[in-house]
Amino acid sequence: MSVLRVAYENCDGCGACVAVCPFDGVVLEEGVPRFGAGCRVCGLCIDACPRGALGLPGEEDAGDVADLSRYRGVMVVSERAADGLDPVTLELMGEGRRLADALGEALSVVVAGADVDAEARECLVHGADRVLVLDHPSLAHFRPEPYTDALEGAVRHALPSIVLMAGTPVGRSLAPRLAVRLRTGLTADCTSLEVNERGELLQTRPAFGGDIMATILSGNHRPQMATVRPRVMPRAGRLPVTGTLERLPFRPDPEYPGRVLEVREKPAADTVADADVVVAAGRGIRRAEDLDMLHRLADALGGVVGCSRPLVEAGWLPSTQQVGLSGRTVRPKLYIACGISGAIQHVAGMRGSERIIAINPDENAPIFDVAHHALVGDAYEIIPALLDRIEERGDARAV
Amino acid sequence: MGPYPPDADRMVMHIEFVALVKQVPRTGEVEVDPETGNLVREGVAAQTNPYDLHALEAALALRDRLGGTVTALSMGPPQAEDTLREAFWMGADRGILLSDAAFAGADTLATAYTLARALRDIPHDLVLAGMQTTDGDTAQVGPGVAEFLHIAHASYVLRIEEADRREVCAVVDAGDRVQRVALALPALLTVTREVNQPRLPSFRRRLATRDRPIETWCREDLAPPEGEEAYFGLEGSPTWVEEIFPPPGNPERETWRGRPGELTDRLLAQLEEWKYL
Ligand SMILES: Cc1cc2nc3c(=O)[nH]c(=O)nc-3n(C[C@H](O)[C@H](O)[C@H](O)COP(=O)(O)OP(=O)(O)OC[C@H]3O[C@@H](n4cnc5c(N)ncnc54)[C@H](O)[C@@H]3O)c2cc1C
Ligand SMILES: Cc1cc2nc3c(=O)[nH]c(=O)nc-3n(C[C@H](O)[C@H](O)[C@H](O)COP(=O)(O)OP(=O)(O)OC[C@H]3O[C@@H](n4cnc5c(N)ncnc54)[C@H](O)[C@@H]3O)c2cc1C
Repeated sequence: MSVLRVAYENCDGCGACVAVCPFDGVVLEEGVPRFGAGCRVCGLCIDACPRGALGLPGEEDAGDVADLSRYRGVMVVSERAADGLDPVTLELMGEGRRLADALGEALSVVVAGADVDAEARECLVHGADRVLVLDHPSLAHFRPEPYTDALEGAVRHALPSIVLMAGTPVGRSLAPRLAVRLRTGLTADCTSLEVNERGELLQTRPAFGGDIMATILSGNHRPQMATVRPRVMPRAGRLPVTGTLERLPFRPDPEYPGRVLEVREKPAADTVADADVVVAAGRGIRRAEDLDMLHRLADALGGVVGCSRPLVEAGWLPSTQQVGLSGRTVRPKLYIACGISGAIQHVAGMRGSERIIAINPDENAPIFDVAHHALVGDAYEIIPALLDRIEERGDARAV
Repeated sequence: MGPYPPDADRMVMHIEFVALVKQVPRTGEVEVDPETGNLVREGVAAQTNPYDLHALEAALALRDRLGGTVTALSMGPPQAEDTLREAFWMGADRGILLSDAAFAGADTLATAYTLARALRDIPHDLVLAGMQTTDGDTAQVGPGVAEFLHIAHASYVLRIEEADRREVCAVVDAGDRVQRVALALPALLTVTREVNQPRLPSFRRRLATRDRPIETWCREDLAPPEGEEAYFGLEGSPTWVEEIFPPPGNPERETWRGRPGELTDRLLAQLEEWKYL
């Protein structure tokens, strides 16, 4: 059984499909391609085949169009922080508004929790056409099971065509459960969204730790669900209120299998993900003591010190400061990489930074591929001199 | 003298652990054959998803402490057997591979369905998954499996505090907060790297498990009930990858060269212009 269609009469066994496949999903057997379980049906080989011998496995069933058209509008699922609406909600609303306008449809926002009137009002003043409130003591703390029930209710009530959720730990725990409940598609951690003329959501996301980008569709199902990476989309602004507020009933299961015993703020050390300025150290920093100059620079710039993995492994900095695939993802306004080569696992955690300065003597260091300012030089010469100059300025100002 | 081993009185429990493990392409590691100097690309450069080693370690450590068995479960092509072998070398008791051309092209919905379907036939009190993979990178499969099984889950577990036959207690990352939660078993946890340090595969166990079979289950073995026949693979996947492309290049880059003093001056001026100083 073959995943892709092969027109064997056209295939000359050149192997272009094998060469282009990033997933090892196809091999040549007896001179013709055979697709295996690795095939993701990404279609790269279809384009690569010089003889046009490959095709998708028959046109997708276009779905019951009448049924799909019952779903209209964009729904944003809000998220709460310790002190009210999480800013990520405004980002989802900014993006949701743009998509709703493109579709000529409405933007609704779901607010679930306990005592959430203030949050609901925030959503109204930021341009929601419709705010759906699920207010119940059993939603006081986030747990996936009651929240899935609550949101299922909201989706079945409003029948949105698109549902956007935050690509945060909470959103990424809840969204997949809800998608399974609704038996629909869910695209993870999107960084760009568009709609086409058929009302299909084009969802673009990084995968393979940022090594590739993929555009994903789930257009034959409704709602089309996506989680959206925080700090990528512009926030919705304040607008005169024109929307409405609706309270939805929520009847919790009396015996949910999970309980929240305690909620704590994150320890203060865990700030690299929230800092506006990150001064990041890599193996180009040769001794633990030398981190001192980076701490001083971070202090001067109002930021914190982050690092690549080897420094955590060496025990120089706690793992909370590690940036990258297996550490934190950061999106500061300014990221200064000192002595970091720019391995993809590191870059995956910082490429979203607004401004990236990299200091490295090796012109070909991959970190320069993502840097906006590539300083070809030695951190041991540049940073101490910079600190001196900053100090001089301070002194000059003091007089 | 107390009982030996020290925990002997607690070992009366028997808890069934299942670790979900996925084979992924090796990332960012180009290997050079020391003899030929050529790049080693032998077939598929594959490895076990690094997070899944933490999931497996969590299962093994709890089993060693409380008693029970650990089953490693994977869906993938035949070569994903390597990942289950590695699980044996770390100490898993049983390895099951779900492999069938019908499973190919699965998105997270179909993957979660397939794993959950298999779990109906595998005793499970506590299911452990990685928080995400390094290829698809969605973090969606674990919660999806839990929903298909109608059991509780917690994602992004930082620490597993205690477990017994009835309940597991864990600390989870909830964004700006951490939560301590208690879940009634059966339950599913997806773990971060903070949760533990995976043990290394042992040579002794490698020898001891040399003849241990890996069970391979195909679509027929999963016997989908009526109405769910089309839940597998490409057919059961609402999402499809429309296009894959390299990340956008970096046209904005400015390269600064010069003597260190010049670079320092420019950097200072730039930081001042941006009002950081
Ligand atoms: C599954 C997996 C997950 C991983 N996760 C992460 C992760 O989350 N985060 C992470 O960072 N890594 C991660 N890694 C490791 C990653 O692959 C790299 O090994 C690591 O990022 C390299 O760190 P580095 O850039 O500090 O060191 P190196 O690669 O050794 O680079 C040091 C750089 O310093 C430069 N340098 C030397 N002297 C100076 C000087 N005087 N001034 C300025 N520059 C100088 C050198 O030119 C070089 O470019 C992961 C790897 C794997 C396999
Ligand atoms: C570029 C690209 C982008 C994709 N984007 C999406 C998307 O947005 N939405 C979508 O639905 N699908 C997507 N997919 C498909 C998705 O990668 C597959 O469904 C895959 O089978 C599982 O998803 P994951 O790798 O993201 O796993 P994750 O959900 O990240 O895995 C979490 C944990 O689940 C367990 N697990 C996952 N897969 C298996 C397995 N096969 N066997 C055993 N345990 C497993 C492991 O414990 C793992 O640590 C994408 C695929 C590609 C190639």
